[in-house]
Amino acid sequence: MSLGKIWVLAEFAEAKPTTTTLELISAASTFADTVEAFAWGEGVAQYQDALGAFGVSKLYDIGSLAGSLPGPKVAAAMAGEISGNTPPDAIFFAASYDGRDAAARLSARLSVGVITNVVNLVSDGSGLSAEHAIFGGEVIVTSKFEGSGPQIFVIRAKSFAPEATRSASCEVASAKVSDLGPTDGAKVTASHAEERSGPKLDEAPVVVSGGRGLGQPDKYQLVEELATLLNGAPGASRAIVDAGWVPYSYQVGQTGKTVKPNLYIAVGISGATQHMVGMKGSKNIVAINKDKEAPIFQVCDFGIVGDASKIVPKLIEAIKTR
Amino acid sequence: MNICVCVKQIPDPTATQSLDPSTNNLVRAGKLVLDDSDTFGVEMALQLVDSAGGGEVTLVSMAPNGEVSGIRTGLAMGASKGILISDPELAGSDALSTAKVLAAAIKTTEFDLVIAATESTDGYTGTTPVQVAELLGLPSVSFAKKVEIVDGKLKVERQTEAGFDEVISPLPALVTVTAGVVEPRYPSFKGIMSAKSKPVATLTVADLGLSGQVGGANSGQRVVAVRKAEARQAGTIIEDNDDAVGQLVGYLEQLKVI
Ligand SMILES: Cc1cc2nc3c(=O)[nH]c(=O)nc-3n(C[C@H](O)[C@H](O)[C@H](O)COP(=O)(O)OP(=O)(O)OC[C@H]3O[C@@H](n4cnc5c(N)ncnc54)[C@H](O)[C@@H]3O)c2cc1C
Ligand SMILES: Nc1ncnc2c1ncn2[C@@H]1O[C@H](COP(=O)(O)O)[C@@H](O)[C@H]1O
Repeated sequence: MSLGKIWVLAEFAEAKPTTTTLELISAASTFADTVEAFAWGEGVAQYQDALGAFGVSKLYDIGSLAGSLPGPKVAAAMAGEISGNTPPDAIFFAASYDGRDAAARLSARLSVGVITNVVNLVSDGSGLSAEHAIFGGEVIVTSKFEGSGPQIFVIRAKSFAPEATRSASCEVASAKVSDLGPTDGAKVTASHAEERSGPKLDEAPVVVSGGRGLGQPDKYQLVEELATLLNGAPGASRAIVDAGWVPYSYQVGQTGKTVKPNLYIAVGISGATQHMVGMKGSKNIVAINKDKEAPIFQVCDFGIVGDASKIVPKLIEAIKTR
Repeated sequence: MNICVCVKQIPDPTATQSLDPSTNNLVRAGKLVLDDSDTFGVEMALQLVDSAGGGEVTLVSMAPNGEVSGIRTGLAMGASKGILISDPELAGSDALSTAKVLAAAIKTTEFDLVIAATESTDGYTGTTPVQVAELLGLPSVSFAKKVEIVDGKLKVERQTEAGFDEVISPLPALVTVTAGVVEPRYPSFKGIMSAKSKPVATLTVADLGLSGQVGGANSGQRVVAVRKAEARQAGTIIEDNDDAVGQLVGYLEQLKVI
């Protein structure tokens, strides 16, 4: 038995729905008869066909945020549509900066719980059970909502395949946002993009990440060079992001990106649970670490116990001279 | 400038963690420690109060078993006082339930700003603080990597997918900070000594007028199963020697990435 209706908060980047948005819509289409999306931003109605191709039959257009942060407006738009109408059975948010905020605001507004860090959902007829990983992905916990109200899930990237299982013709409706008062007080005054070249970290077939074991910031160049040689993207542990060696957008893990490349190479990374949550799903894992007890070796397919600052230059040489 | 910092007290994350098989809740036996994630918030608050030229930093923490050792760590860093909400009813609270308790406790104080971490080390729902903001009717800025007070307003650099946004908010407001926003100080010996005599008020669920509204019994979600994830096959691990890099190149060739 499938559910009646699921809402998905759609997010966009570079003039298209984000991959995670398509993952959530695809999943919603397998669980519910009707999938509807909410979106904010200037001219999001133009994406109606892109969303319809994945099964969205209605797009609630919140319109331009005019400098506001999305959380309060999205929550107000959803709560507004719910009031006086039959609520959807479930609402899916991506575990993104804005998705988490919107889910949290909506949960408090409606006084219904939210289940976060979801990596899989299973339908049992009456509702959805959500799986999330704890202890660095070693243990999977399944949770369920009790009681009434829409079931709010915050879902991690790459938990579902972005497949168009059915299409729908998608109508656009404008979503009303009530006056938010002080909750809408925070305004974006400027946006800054950090430059990066090469394939995207969360889409690259190969990821080479560096950690504190590199020793010094300039050694990160080795990671970048190796990544480039393998047509991959460079990544990082939080330790070196916090230390300012590389921008935050390089971070792999619980608070950073989830990556599932064909090959993940961890250089000088210990394998803390919060790092592993973001890369354990990689198909093949290589680790280089001088401590043979480092937890990263427990998940790797091929590991070398040794000094990264010696091994990586030799590896780069060996690949170049092939 | 008065600041409330939400600080979670958690089981030592370096110790082996387990779930209680009868309740499926995280085992919280033994001494709790101040969540590392929250040391950044405490430090941020101390620095902001300092540059404002005065005010108090109040720590707010919810823990079911009367635990204050984590709060004492924050007091030793320099916070003025603590509020502990402790009640057996609170065991098994979900994020919303926790947020209701924290919001009600924060309301009993005078504050210009509430600071929390983007996510805790053990629960890591990352939703509690923004739920608190909604319950208090406050604006919120999550994922702050830089926080200042400029002309009586909160000025934040907020991480985004592409880089970061500059965000300005009137006060009172709530901000969640990431690790790396500031370098937390270590409590000095003097700090540790003076922390012992700083006031920590203890409130119950009834004190906050939330009886029957919060805690495990009133959380709308339940853990229905716990299982071990599929373990990865043990791999080949070799010591670095003359041949190690050659073997790795062979492995990469086999994967057809070179
Ligand atoms: C709420 C929360 C969220 C978090 N989110 C994330 C996240 O998203 N991503 C993340 O990565 N972390 C995250 N962390 C941090 C995480 O717990 C670890 O602190 C971090 O991953 C450690 O990074 P590291 O492995 O580079 O450093 P370390 O743990 O210090 O490890 C360095 C490793 O390098 C090895 N080494 C040293 N010298 C050499 C050498 N010459 N050659 C080879 N190896 C060497 C050492 O043996 C060691 O294993 C989070 C933590 C918390 C509390
Ligand atoms: N029980 C608690 N007591 C005090 N603060 C909390 C509590 N739970 C969560 N918080 C705050 O909310 C942040 C995010 O927690 P979480 O939602 O568990 O990821 C924490 O780092 C704290 O700042």
